[in-house]
Amino acid sequence: MCECCTATQDHKDIYLPEPATITKRRMLNGTELYLHLELDSGQEMDYMPGQFVEVSLAGIGEAPISISSTPTQKGLELVIRNVGTLTKAIHKLEVGQKLGIRGPYGSTYPVEQAKGKDLVFICGGIGLVPQRSFIRYVLDNRKDYGKLTVLIGTKCYDFRLFREEIALWMERKDMTVMETIDEAHDCWDGDVGVVTTLIPKIESNLPKSLIMVCGPPVMYKFVLMALAEAEVPEENIFVNLERRMKCGVGKCGHCQINNFYVCQDGPVFRYSDLAHVPEAI
Amino acid sequence: MSVNTVSKDQFRQFVAALIQSNPRVVGVQARGDRFVFDDLKTPDALRLDYDVTILSPRKYVLPQKETLLQFEVGGRCQSVQQAQPLVLLGVHPYDMAAINQMDELFSQGEYDSHYMIRRKMITVIACDVVTPSKNVFAASMGTATVSSGYDILLTDIGDSFVVEARTDKGKKLMNLMPAARPASEADLNKRRGVWEINEHRLNKHVLECKPSYLPKLLEKNYDHPVWEEKARLCYSCGSCNQVCPTCYCFDVQDEVNWDLKTGCRYRAWDGCLLENFATVAGNHNFRKNRAARFRHRLYRKGKYVPGKINGQIACVGCGRCITACTAKIANPVEIYNQLMERTEIG
Repeated sequence: MCECCTATQDHKDIYLPEPATITKRRMLNGTELYLHLELDSGQEMDYMPGQFVEVSLAGIGEAPISISSTPTQKGLELVIRNVGTLTKAIHKLEVGQKLGIRGPYGSTYPVEQAKGKDLVFICGGIGLVPQRSFIRYVLDNRKDYGKLTVLIGTKCYDFRLFREEIALWMERKDMTVMETIDEAHDCWDGDVGVVTTLIPKIESNLPKSLIMVCGPPVMYKFVLMALAEAEVPEENIFVNLERRMKCGVGKCGHCQINNFYVCQDGPVFRYSDLAHVPEAI
Repeated sequence: MSVNTVSKDQFRQFVAALIQSNPRVVGVQARGDRFVFDDLKTPDALRLDYDVTILSPRKYVLPQKETLLQFEVGGRCQSVQQAQPLVLLGVHPYDMAAINQMDELFSQGEYDSHYMIRRKMITVIACDVVTPSKNVFAASMGTATVSSGYDILLTDIGDSFVVEARTDKGKKLMNLMPAARPASEADLNKRRGVWEINEHRLNKHVLECKPSYLPKLLEKNYDHPVWEEKARLCYSCGSCNQVCPTCYCFDVQDEVNWDLKTGCRYRAWDGCLLENFATVAGNHNFRKNRAARFRHRLYRKGKYVPGKINGQIACVGCGRCITACTAKIANPVEIYNQLMERTEIG
């Protein structure tokens, strides 16, 4: 057998997606589509909170998308913003139609290290989507973790995600959820202001908690400043970063932040590891 | 490893036999007053006395455009392997060093079978440099000579070539060179002489430190004014990326055929100097600043990629970027030396 045939047999094609079928779909707001998928192989994807998949539609393209579900439950949940050619096409898909999935890729939230600790999630806008994976994971293993606080900031009332789920979270006695919107709205009697305004209201001992941060690029600087003021050590902060993870496997070069590849070293980074990485935040 | 000598006449016959017995032979040829790697139809077109080619042989190991998958639109994808056996004739040591680095990068971690299958189907006949190009600085980078990666290495020693067959593939090709005789001590001395001379003369720009210092040098100079000074003139054209033998960043795109039913997913060369290299959907550009892109390229070569391949510097000193840059700002040696001026390296 020639060398090339051996290579084909020994190594799977890292760029080949596997088919998955849409089992549920609904719009979360005007631009965000929730999808529940099942792999056509019948297998459950072996992932952990924080990881992402490459989602593709043959003929349109491929893009990295955060996983929003928890491995403690069946199926794969994604939330896809209608923002480019591919996502626009995905928004047109119905239940029963298929997508290509590669992955999971990237680093995970500190699921083990966080056991027994108080956890704070700071979510800005669509940043709630990957954070939800770890939040739900904690809820499904509730006794393993300490106090759970979730801060959610959204630009405006109409953009809020997972409204019913958040309402259920708010009713729970074993977690604290605070929500704010940037711009006041007639139907909203909750907090108004950016997500950082909620940080002083956290009741957990912040410097001893693990803090998970995910949101739009502009948010990190302000949240990190507020956490520094609250004397949270940098090694207790985990940020989930977005970049152009085109290949997902550390080859194509697009997602590089200085010497890190977000698709492999991230997307979840311990903030203290990024302290001397000028392109990160 | 076997080392032989053949006369130039006999070598010409070898090339003729090579072309006849192999489906595809690519060799260095003249185009006007410059040189390119292209399909070789006749031994007389081969120019092993070339100085440097416009593009490096990277285009054969990682083609400008390479199909990864084929699909029915909206349907299932299938892996595609289009690589065919190929003999690559006339690869200079610095370009060989670049291919060796890419072999490591594409096989480590997630194994890129598209690259690796193609690479394994290529037989490389390397050759030592006869004519230094005007901007080569391989001697500064430790790549004026090379000792691995090729199947055969040729060294021009005047009226004949010393031919070193390093691999089984290379030894098999020696069957096409029946007149080859074992290299004499005198021939081997001549070859050593060529190597020694090349270690000195392939150095039109002299790096004032050992290449192994570059990661540290860069680490200390992230905010040096040189990035802004040089990048002020940068057109963000990506020419430096295109001609670079060690640039391997790529984009992935889907293409639909004329029937609108089938298509392929392909990868194509990309360049980190291009403005939208780090732009994500929604138009957020994570490296919008031109100086940041300019610096990123030099850091990839001198610090980031070396971190993945055991410290090997991902600049092999071919000098192509110096020649290709319209704004005359791409010379890595000039930049590194400028950084050296104010940096103490312990």
